[in-house]
Amino acid sequence: MALSASQLKVGDSHTAVVVDNLSRTQIVQYAGASGDYNPLHTDEIYVTKVAGFPTVFAHGMLTMGLTGRLLTDWVGDGRLLSYGARFEKQVWPGDTLTATATVESIEDGKGGQVASFTVVTVNEAGDRVLSGTASARLDP
Amino acid sequence: MEEWNFPIEAGHIMMFARAVGDPNPVYYDGDKAKSGEVGGIVAPPTFVQASAQFNPNYFLRPRIGQPWFGSGKEPTSAQRAERAPSGGARSGGGAGGGGGGGGVGLHAEQHYEYHRPIRPGDVLTPTNKEGKSWERTGRSGHLQFNETVTEWHDAEGNLVVTARGVGVRTSGPAPSSEEKSD
Repeated sequence: MALSASQLKVGDSHTAVVVDNLSRTQIVQYAGASGDYNPLHTDEIYVTKVAGFPTVFAHGMLTMGLTGRLLTDWVGDGRLLSYGARFEKQVWPGDTLTATATVESIEDGKGGQVASFTVVTVNEAGDRVLSGTASARLDP
Repeated sequence: MEEWNFPIEAGHIMMFARAVGDPNPVYYDGDKAKSGEVGGIVAPPTFVQASAQFNPNYFLRPRIGQPWFGSGKEPTSAQRAERAPSGGARSGGGAGGGGGGGGVGLHAEQHYEYHRPIRPGDVLTPTNKEGKSWERTGRSGHLQFNETVTEWHDAEGNLVVTARGVGVRTSGPAPSSEEKSD
């Protein structure tokens, strides 16, 4: 179910909630799966008393992973050529994140048409937590 | 640096996909995945980050028999000076960092270029290259950025994924939420 270039135009966008009320447990789950056990993400005592943050916060890579689903759900499996992100703000337990990908260009590339996207993920207050880009190979 | 590989395992892909909230059967259901476009299970886009599991030197994983800088009896069980070295999470495709050294190491950016999908059975080998370094003074003080590029090759020597990570280290205790975050 890949995107087809003929059905897509510059300016088209796709938006989805990628996590609703992020749980501390999901942050732990990401730590376990990724292998990043930094206590900043999972250890309330360390993060408040030693590191000086109000509470634990999500790995940036969890936000990037959650946002990645928006892309692959839209462009199809195995279609991404690139995906990059800048982590703009911390993501906290309880946050609900909404991601949007927007088509910036559609061009002839190696092996067919390539769409380039901007990607933005915001929290429930509308603050940007991730901004990025992606590109994907399209069907004709 | 000790050489190491990242063996791609189906169970690991399933756990990682669950952790990033993605129910796509292409990440866990071999039969469904086989009949789809990619012809089998593949890894989600950010999966090489999980190579940390196989990196023998990864410092954000407790080492058996060694002190860990997270809380136990005390809020931190390692002396400040003994805590994570700055930028030490680099090898393995990620940037980022831990507490310690009087500042906080965080992951500022991550970029991937995909050359082909990653599949169970692949064995990927990382090659790390130091990237650029730059500094900036922000609201919470001095920020040091370090970039690392990791090329992941398969057993045949073909490039599979190129990962570029940027870590940031603050000089103060905690960056304000206006600045770089992990």
